Amino acid sequence: MNRSDHLDPPGAFDPREAIFQEDGSALDPPTLPPPVRRVRVDQTPVAVPPETDRFVPVRDRISGPERMRVDHLTVRYGDAAAVKDVSLPIHQGEVLALIGPSGCGKTTLLRTLNRLTETTESASRDGGVLLDGQEVEQIDPTALRRRVAMVFQQPNLFPMSIFDNVAYAIRVQNKKTPRRRELEPQVIDALRRAGLYDEVADGLDRPALRLSGGQQQRLCIARAIATRPEVLLMDEPCSALDPKSTAVIEALIGELRRDLAVVIVTHNLAQAHRVADKVAFMFLGDLVEYGDVQQVFEAPVAHRTRDYVAGAFG
Amino acid sequence: MSTIPRYVPPPPVPGGTLLVGGGVGGRGSAPYRPAPRRDSVSSWRWRHRAAYGACWVAGLSLCLIAVAILGYMAVEGVQYLSLEMLVTRPEPSLDQAQTGGILDPILGTLILTVMAILIATPLGAVAAIWIVEYGRPRWLARTIESGIEVVAGTPDIVLAIFGLAIFQLPLFAPLSFTADGGGVFGRSFFAASAMLSLIAIPMVFSATREGLLQVPAHVREASWALGKTRICTIRSVLLPVVRRHIATGSTLGMGRIVGDTAIVVVLLGGSLQITPVGDVPVLDVLKGSGSTLTTYVYNASPAGEGNAPQKAYAAAFVLLVLVLLLNAVATSIGKRSSPLEAHS
Repeated sequence: MNRSDHLDPPGAFDPREAIFQEDGSALDPPTLPPPVRRVRVDQTPVAVPPETDRFVPVRDRISGPERMRVDHLTVRYGDAAAVKDVSLPIHQGEVLALIGPSGCGKTTLLRTLNRLTETTESASRDGGVLLDGQEVEQIDPTALRRRVAMVFQQPNLFPMSIFDNVAYAIRVQNKKTPRRRELEPQVIDALRRAGLYDEVADGLDRPALRLSGGQQQRLCIARAIATRPEVLLMDEPCSALDPKSTAVIEALIGELRRDLAVVIVTHNLAQAHRVADKVAFMFLGDLVEYGDVQQVFEAPVAHRTRDYVAGAFG
Repeated sequence: MSTIPRYVPPPPVPGGTLLVGGGVGGRGSAPYRPAPRRDSVSSWRWRHRAAYGACWVAGLSLCLIAVAILGYMAVEGVQYLSLEMLVTRPEPSLDQAQTGGILDPILGTLILTVMAILIATPLGAVAAIWIVEYGRPRWLARTIESGIEVVAGTPDIVLAIFGLAIFQLPLFAPLSFTADGGGVFGRSFFAASAMLSLIAIPMVFSATREGLLQVPAHVREASWALGKTRICTIRSVLLPVVRRHIATGSTLGMGRIVGDTAIVVVLLGGSLQITPVGDVPVLDVLKGSGSTLTTYVYNASPAGEGNAPQKAYAAAFVLLVLVLLLNAVATSIGKRSSPLEAHS
């Protein structure tokens, strides 16, 4: 195949053929000067003060009464213990962040609080989990889960309308009564508290799965708080969201903690620092450290906490 | 003295803008790269060429066979089909002109299909829900699954013989004709539809199971975490999601039921007309015998005792259209997007 067929338009100039001596013999192409490239010397960096107020939570302390207590809790999957002898108080008006590397039992601990670990066949537990002084084993799981609500990692709405997603949470099992008109104030109130009502007010009958990811997660929160629970469990609620939606949800968590106790599992240390009042650091199933957010992040006692918070591992 | 080569400047480029090699000599110093050769069959090794050709031949010949069947049946069927035939009852006769229409076979097919699918859909769907959502004890779940597989793999003539043995028991006498001496005939719409439902159950079962397995675990957990029981979760969250899977499975099962012959030949009594037994309305028809399009085609064709090949072609065409229609419906239901994927 003739290369001029595909490389050059007909009659185009090929420099390789143009460099020749007078007798017609070809020559090496002349060495050409290298291209001039302007190199801009970097400016001396100007020190920008970090936005400190964003990272040091200075907020009113509104700690309320103790809602839940985890008492020497051990959870096993088969023979492997996922949570080992953990004891923790959970107070109303506080955000408790569970931090730690992957697979350290944070989510298992969280799911034990509303007895969702029981749905895993091999799971067994020792020790106590108390809700208002009552062992959760003695509360009917359906009643318990209306008092200890949960928000998951992925927005997991049901294929229903926005209204029905929240109404489903309020209704007892799948009873058709109360009717829509009676439920409407409660649904709207839940959407308001989740900061979503203004965005969806014009179309409560639209399918919930058409909302954006951040709106879906806030609708999940609205669904969870619709039954006025005492404790709200959140399992990495922002890990599937963009930074803007994350900021909205974090602000929402700050609002919600006035009325209820929030337990949040997060891999994002900065997020734990931003939203939490109390931090519990877990490592391989052990509760290594529990304390105020400033203390855990700035003056950790255990060296594993110090290494993890400093980013040495995890 | 060596001569220093004289640099001859390149002549102006026609058009002027085509030289985009990036600066002086950029294009001249670029390595020569041939354009990628187009991947053509002529450059393949012969084995690959032969395999490629075989693929084409296989695909085209299947298309040809399908077109041939459809075309032949359409030409033969439409030729003899008339509206009058669809609404006339069949008559036993040796003369083809006296054999009447295919009203009873059409009604028989409809009755059998509706009855069988009404039995099969709840059984198949509920079995799938139990297997996926409960499935304990595990040995029972495994036994049920392999039981359904066995039923799915059983030849329908075996099901038919088995059904006859069952429905001739005195226990099932109310479901068919009982002779004066107390002998149970064992052949009726009840018996045939019960055994035909066994053909559709595996299809409903596997379609529902696939649908349930596609629902992510966290959707169920979301419902449980709201304090809902498993039953409530199945009813309110899972059933709406798998509804279209159940519909697909049922429609495919209906296609199988409509096309089945062996069970109908054995278990529907083989009477050309729908022959009621007893005097209770509706129930008498279901207790009685009859025929379907498949048995009509078999009986009317030269293979059977009748000799009405033109009627057979017409009935076969109606049957073919019915089955193709059901398959098209199943495909269109299956193509609908899942309610869980509504966000996009």
